[in-house]
Amino acid sequence: MLKRTPFYDYHVSAGAKLVDFAGWEMPLHYRGIIDEHEQTRRSGSMFDVSHMGRLHFTGKDVVPFLNRVLTRNVSAQKVGQSRYSLVCNPSGGVMDDIIISRDQKNWIMVCNASNREKIVKHLGDVRKTESFDLDIADQTESTAMVAIQGPEVIEKLADVLPGDVRSMKRYQFETGSLMMTKFTVFRSGYTGEDGVEVILPARMAGMAMKMLGAKLDKPDATIRPAGLGARDTLRIEAGMPLYGHELSETIDPLSAGLEWAVDLTKNFIGVEPLREIAKTGPKRKLVGLELEGRRIARQGTALQAGGAVVGEVSSGTWSPTLQKSIAMAFVDSALTAEETALIADLKGTLTPAKVVKLPFYKRQPHG
Amino acid sequence: MANLPANYRYLETHEWHRLDGDIVTIGITQIAADELTDVTFVALPKVGTKIEANHKFGEIDSVKANSDLYSGASGTVIEINHQLADNPGLVNNDPYEAGWMIKLQVTDPNPLDKLLTSEQYQAKMGH
Repeated sequence: MLKRTPFYDYHVSAGAKLVDFAGWEMPLHYRGIIDEHEQTRRSGSMFDVSHMGRLHFTGKDVVPFLNRVLTRNVSAQKVGQSRYSLVCNPSGGVMDDIIISRDQKNWIMVCNASNREKIVKHLGDVRKTESFDLDIADQTESTAMVAIQGPEVIEKLADVLPGDVRSMKRYQFETGSLMMTKFTVFRSGYTGEDGVEVILPARMAGMAMKMLGAKLDKPDATIRPAGLGARDTLRIEAGMPLYGHELSETIDPLSAGLEWAVDLTKNFIGVEPLREIAKTGPKRKLVGLELEGRRIARQGTALQAGGAVVGEVSSGTWSPTLQKSIAMAFVDSALTAEETALIADLKGTLTPAKVVKLPFYKRQPHG
Repeated sequence: MANLPANYRYLETHEWHRLDGDIVTIGITQIAADELTDVTFVALPKVGTKIEANHKFGEIDSVKANSDLYSGASGTVIEINHQLADNPGLVNNDPYEAGWMIKLQVTDPNPLDKLLTSEQYQAKMGH
């Protein structure tokens, strides 16, 4: 039996094509993936991301505990700040990529739906074996979460959302009340656009959609619903990693180009192997690729140079913004310079590709 | 499935076939197009290529998946839909008319008899 988010009834009424994603019945799209992608780049989209894990931490050892399990140092993190970070296994492989936020009384971690059970167990095990004094509460199913993303979103929502969204910087958040309900608003996202992510009580989701639903359904609405299909093509254009593609238990964060999110000076789980990798540099590194023609290079596509296999595609799509076939791939470190020519074996069709800079798409700075 | 043409014949792999004289036109069904999501590329054979029944004649790429295209009839390709090169979304928006893929000249007088009827295809799709 698939789990349903508090927005499930809305998805059905809006005509979404629903799919199983990490055990959740989620909208793949409502109108079409490319349509929803373009709406997000042009104006705005609302994504149900309630399937993602939301964990709360309280207690005297939260800071040393988080510094033990996360690759980034949280000691200097101020109330109202969010940080992208990784959870590594003892070999330095990635167990999950998460966002950690420091609130007044507690810390909030948002993790991937596909990794939630594994992460809850891992954190509980570390707390126990290393005797950290803190509480970990899984609030995923008592809350809902939406991502509202696009160039028009901040202006459109500034007067509706609690807190001063306009003056909020990227990776800041505020907790406020609206109609006696607690909302947490983060200025972050996974599309390459400006926007917010909002956590609200699960029981408020239905009412929120009754108020908003009719507006979102209008073809000329500033903000329209979008599904996981567009979320994926948007994040690929923005060069953002997806767990299971660019990150896994056997991929380390340095190979994935995430050295900026790893503090090798502190003693977190997995640091020793990562220090060894940092000495010589990773064998393979994540790069962006542009392919000739319209064929898409899927995950697992082999990359060749001089007749030898030198890499493998982790994600690929047709970029609606660039009108090009693009991919992210791990390739031998000697072949990661921009403009390096490679060959992608697309089910026997040998297709020329070249290394390009990530991200593929960068939004224009506002104002 | 109100929009499944009754006079077309089908393969379980979702290709439709329409017979006009000795010409068979082939495309994919709305069910398949919806399942693929936005089509981004259709690889078609050259005019003059000989195609055998139940063999692959091309490939289709969408945002979500790549899949092979099969013909239910044997014949020679006499025309391909050039519009799909610039506008592969026709397969999603109008799969039974503007989104057609190839036309085959056939010699068999009853080339589609072994293929599924619209009722049989619908039944197999669980509709």
